[in-house]
Amino acid sequence: MSSASTVAAAADAPVAIPKSAFDWKPFLLLLALVAAALPAVGSTSSWLTLTFAGLAMGLIIFIVSSGLTLVFGLMDVLNFGHGLFIAIGAFVATSVMGGMGAFADQGVLQTLLAIFAAMLVAMLGAGAVGWAFERVIVRPVYGQHLKQILITMGGMIVGEELIKVIWGPLQIALPMPEPLRGAFYLGDAAIEKYRVVAAVVGLAVFALLAWTLSRTKVGLLIRAGVQDREMVEALGYRIRRLFVGVFVAGSALAGMGGVMWGLYQQSVSPQIGAQVNILIFIVIIIGGLGSTLGCFIGALLVGLVANYTGFLAPKVALFSNIALMVAILLWRPQGLYPVTSR
Amino acid sequence: MTALLELRGVHTHIGAYHILHGVDLVVPEGQVTMLLGRNGAGKTTTLRTIMGLWGASQGSIAFRGQAIANRPTPEIAASGIAYVPESMGIFSDLTVKENIVLAARSARHEGELDRARLQWIFGLFPALQKFWLYPAGKLSGGQKQMLAVARAICEPRALILIDEPSKGLAPSIIQNLIGALRELKQQKTTILLVEQNFLMARALGDTVAVMDDGRVVHSGAMAELAEDEGLQQRLLGLSLGAHQ
Repeated sequence: MSSASTVAAAADAPVAIPKSAFDWKPFLLLLALVAAALPAVGSTSSWLTLTFAGLAMGLIIFIVSSGLTLVFGLMDVLNFGHGLFIAIGAFVATSVMGGMGAFADQGVLQTLLAIFAAMLVAMLGAGAVGWAFERVIVRPVYGQHLKQILITMGGMIVGEELIKVIWGPLQIALPMPEPLRGAFYLGDAAIEKYRVVAAVVGLAVFALLAWTLSRTKVGLLIRAGVQDREMVEALGYRIRRLFVGVFVAGSALAGMGGVMWGLYQQSVSPQIGAQVNILIFIVIIIGGLGSTLGCFIGALLVGLVANYTGFLAPKVALFSNIALMVAILLWRPQGLYPVTSR
Repeated sequence: MTALLELRGVHTHIGAYHILHGVDLVVPEGQVTMLLGRNGAGKTTTLRTIMGLWGASQGSIAFRGQAIANRPTPEIAASGIAYVPESMGIFSDLTVKENIVLAARSARHEGELDRARLQWIFGLFPALQKFWLYPAGKLSGGQKQMLAVARAICEPRALILIDEPSKGLAPSIIQNLIGALRELKQQKTTILLVEQNFLMARALGDTVAVMDDGRVVHSGAMAELAEDEGLQQRLLGLSLGAHQ
């Protein structure tokens, strides 16, 4: 390799250093919401209770939504069957937690082990179903949005019926193990024990996703593929394999989220996926389709707004998610962190 | 003169449209081949067909003697062909560094990039070193084009396809780009370069193929076309004198 002469003088001489790229406004919006809620709620302890409950709920929603935003961003697939993987996770939790009930009630450590065992089995189950779902249902309709909506919804209906065959058509209780019942108290503020677990798991998932996306080559490929699939292929990478990997990982995450959601609701019905589907679509639209960070902020906003409005104006809480989405889209029509070049 | 890439009777359809009507093209090894022609002549389609981004409905494409027509794009790229599209294909949300790491298939992270080659690229395009950690979307048009070319050369490739690199760039930036591509030419890199800027074509080309209506209607030495204003007028509807 010879050392080259410098040939780009004119391009370099007077160029301005680009400004910092990171957009803090959505974070500031989140902080502003939390700050504005304090005077509205009135009591500091109630505000703290609601804020923590909202953040924990948001983190659970993030776990179930993160896979879908990656699938949409990378594969341009509108997967309305994503809720099926959540339902599988929740039902697996009823079997695993039911089987480990006596063990789980022995102490906090045993409970956490039982929950992690349920998560592991749920991720394996949902990931395997996700692999089959991509191969049989999604693959024939790549690039055809209308067909994707119809067939993935159909796939979810079929999946729900299969769940009824395995676990029965009735709602199944998923009681919280004894060691995780109750709350910690900070003064008069109550922090539910389970929400602490949910918050830790949610933050761990976010950290792992953020690390994978920013520090690994696979993450680079996913981020690049979200922007320009064709160019990723022109660089020599088989994006179809990446599609399958992301779909399976997204399904597994949804399964894990299903365990968390089922324990949060303390009951599971075959329709749980369809019920959560609307919520997760709201979250990924708010976040900017394809953006993991946007999904994270969007989920926290949804969780906080649901808890604050539930306390301040319960009737408003019925449509608070939709109202939040409308407000965000009026401000940023492409969502909080739109993915460029798509 | 060894042919590195050879197209014989290539036809391409895009939907109902018949774009390429039997393209015959030879790209000699170690030379810069210019692909010229008016808008809509089929130049971009030819490059995309070589890369497998659009399928050839008929004809053959051989790279190093191996048939590559209608092979999957990643396989064609992995065989040693780099592609710089007209749109540049920059990943705007990724930093300059991440764009380069991604293009270097053998590197898992920055530490595995070929340092000597990277320094060579920084010599060609100092702006990329300056903005190494900045999002590529923040670069100017010229800097993005430099990044696009840098991605194509960050690892040795047998053939580089470049589609209209001068499009929309200021004359001073075009001069920089010509300088960088000339440096590549001195390294005996084989390049197939689509260009509308005839001055750039003359400055870089060893051989030339002129397309019209989905066919190659002239091929030969670039110097020959550059000296023959009548031929330029007939093939391209221009004369070099008008550009000077």
